[in-house]
Amino acid sequence: MTDPTDHRPEANHDILLKMRDIRIDGYSDEQWHPIIKGVDLTLRRGEIMGLIGESGAGKSTLGKAAMGYTQPGCKLSGGSIMFDGIDLAKASDRQKRQLWGTRIAYVAQSAAASFNPAHRLIDQTVEAATRRGVRPDAESRADAVELFRALQLPDPETIGNRYPHQVSGGQLQRVMTAMAMSPRPDLIIFDEPTTALDVTTQVEVLASMRKIVEEFNTAAIYITHDLAVVAQMADFIQVLRYGEEVEEAPTRQMLTRPEQPYTKSLWSVRALEKPEVKGDDIVLSIDNIDAAYGPLKVLHDVSIKLPRGRTVAVVGESGSGKSTTARVMTGLLPPLSGTVTFNGEVLPAALKDRSKDQLQRIQMIYQMADTAMNPRQTVEDIIGRPLEFYLGLKGKEREERILELLDMIELDETFMDRLPSELSGGQKQRICIARALAARPDVIICDEVTSALDQIVQEGILQLLLRLQKKYNITYLFITHDIATVKAISDEIVVMFEGKVVEQGLKSEILSPPFPDYTKLLLSSVPEMDPDWLTNLLENRDI
Amino acid sequence: MNAVLSTILKRLGLGIATLFVVSAIIFSSISMLPGDFSEAVLGQAATEDTVAAFRKELGLDKPAPVRYFEWVGSVLQGDLGTSFSGRNASGQDRSRQVVDLVMPRLWNTLFLAGVTALIAVPLALFLGLTAALYRNTAYDRVVNAATLTTISTPEFFVAYILILFFASLWPVFPSLANIDATTALGERLYRVALPALTLTLVIVAHMMRMTRAAIINLLASPYIEMARLKGASRSQIILKHALPNAWAPIATVIAFNLAYLVVGVVVVEVVFVYPGIGQLMVDAVTSRDIPVVQACALIFAATYILLNLTADIIGIITNPRLLHPR
Repeated sequence: MTDPTDHRPEANHDILLKMRDIRIDGYSDEQWHPIIKGVDLTLRRGEIMGLIGESGAGKSTLGKAAMGYTQPGCKLSGGSIMFDGIDLAKASDRQKRQLWGTRIAYVAQSAAASFNPAHRLIDQTVEAATRRGVRPDAESRADAVELFRALQLPDPETIGNRYPHQVSGGQLQRVMTAMAMSPRPDLIIFDEPTTALDVTTQVEVLASMRKIVEEFNTAAIYITHDLAVVAQMADFIQVLRYGEEVEEAPTRQMLTRPEQPYTKSLWSVRALEKPEVKGDDIVLSIDNIDAAYGPLKVLHDVSIKLPRGRTVAVVGESGSGKSTTARVMTGLLPPLSGTVTFNGEVLPAALKDRSKDQLQRIQMIYQMADTAMNPRQTVEDIIGRPLEFYLGLKGKEREERILELLDMIELDETFMDRLPSELSGGQKQRICIARALAARPDVIICDEVTSALDQIVQEGILQLLLRLQKKYNITYLFITHDIATVKAISDEIVVMFEGKVVEQGLKSEILSPPFPDYTKLLLSSVPEMDPDWLTNLLENRDI
Repeated sequence: MNAVLSTILKRLGLGIATLFVVSAIIFSSISMLPGDFSEAVLGQAATEDTVAAFRKELGLDKPAPVRYFEWVGSVLQGDLGTSFSGRNASGQDRSRQVVDLVMPRLWNTLFLAGVTALIAVPLALFLGLTAALYRNTAYDRVVNAATLTTISTPEFFVAYILILFFASLWPVFPSLANIDATTALGERLYRVALPALTLTLVIVAHMMRMTRAAIINLLASPYIEMARLKGASRSQIILKHALPNAWAPIATVIAFNLAYLVVGVVVVEVVFVYPGIGQLMVDAVTSRDIPVVQACALIFAATYILLNLTADIIGIITNPRLLHPR
């Protein structure tokens, strides 16, 4: 990577991509709405441009537009996209197809969904190069093996013969990078390539992607909402909001001296941190839990204690048994052995054997607020249901309580009649919080409740949860893979790995040395807002 | 691979079990038909004694469970029994084995079904794929409207329209499809042209629309967008990226329609006087010829089960997740 503090070469022949006054409209509710409102973007050969912004900012749309592609339901309504002398805004489909997959390549967010399940990886990797006759098919296949090797995939000789479902998400994402690199394009669009990965996997994928774009001096547009990630990858950063450019600057300058208030607010989100408080009054505990899905054992001797009025964060990668632990606590998954104790009383293992009162005391909030609500029920019905079921409230009493709950989550009575589809992501999650609160629970289990939200919205939800905890002395079990969130809200931390508890204790104890190996790996994998972080980490780790 | 084999064997076992259940349903529902063969043959005037004697001769006097197990037992040994018709009260027995009655008819039906399938399945796939390829164009709309029209028209009406045009106004094909065992293959093909065409028009719409829908359903997948961004053309996207993932639903609807070609074509057989198994069964029901009715019903059930099993297997072997487990 070129040093971002370098002065930009002024010579125009270096310019690979020049987008001017790009306007893109999207079709919804039977009319066209502007999504991108006149954005400029210039990219020189071998440069990496980071595009950041919240969801809905239009960064992905703009990234695809750099290829001259708009999704179905969108149209380019103005501007020019000059790619190496060709205006992609005016080019025919046939002209663009000649470029796609050969000179411009795309790496999608969800590798699992973006590989065709019916074909072997190697066939998909060489498809574009072979079709356009970049080189003979056999050479492309040999080259793909070399790319697999360069990207540090295991068994580079044979991994290509597998089908997409046979390799892990992190490996798939690297195969996709190989697929993009196979025809040696001039430009690669990375569209949130590591968002769906665990932090420990993300580091490896980032490192191998950066290595390979440097090796071939490929220009790239790197789209992400994660500032720390983009700091590792990009020479320049452009911040987008509501389809407009907020500011653009070299990475270091952007990180240290952001000019616009919006950029500054993005940077400050990570500042939230609650002081930890020790708690001894255990409200809920699970002891020596073993649990399995069918023959597959997923929890091994797991014990966790929740002190009343505190937040216990459970961290770990996907597949480490975090959500299964929550399912055991709620009784959704009866354990093979071990006990769940609530207020000193052993709870029945299975949900159906628990009394209404026991059910009422432990509530749950889910990651996908979308799917956790009945799309045909209004907010009033959604919050009202637990009020009727647990507390037997009716009529005026029920309505008053709903208004109270809405007030607690900082929404007003105009939301009563709305359907989930009429709410934003953050509002949906607030309604789910209100629904959990309605039962007046002692414990709320929050399963990745902020993972699907943008950083600023996350901040709002986390602050709300903390305020509610203070006011009603609620205990949270907070499941997450995001260490920043853990730092922000937890009192105690439980680290899980492969269905076992690696460590558990106060936040200050867990987050300070000495670390057990896994905790160390996990903590060191969390990207930091320092452009040299990845480089230093790789040197220290010696990968 | 072993996982696939065991799945297939499991489905096969399930199919056989289903066939047993169906045989019980067939038997009990036929027992519930009003009237019986002896009354139908001997007429209203017959004395109770004659009826009883005749029933005894046919084995109808035994209790139903006994008759059921005797029937299942002999079917398992390959013996479908002896037809009731051809017997009469005078004791002269000119009855024939059910197998001899059913098999030639079954072959005729399979011949017609085969000819129809050879035309209809490739045609439906072609139309479905091209309609998906040129989605929302005039071509797509014309194909959709045309196939919808043919499927919405009663098949006897389609048959008579075809007879009107191709046998009467421009007599290129015969309006009667009467064939027998001695008819040569070329002549057979010529005679079944109109019934095959009728059936094609009836079943093509269903298969074509399902193919189109299955493909279009996949076109919204991220991997299709990926294929586009790798520079694949529309036809490459449909044939290489969408179709391999769409075989399961397509195979299901094809199996369903092929089964219909075997078991549901009695109307077309009647219109064209084609000696198929559908007519045989209708005649047998009318004359209360229980062994023949049971044999036909069993064959129909087996056809359905077998074709659906085939569709399931196609669904399994075209799914790499099942074929190549982790």
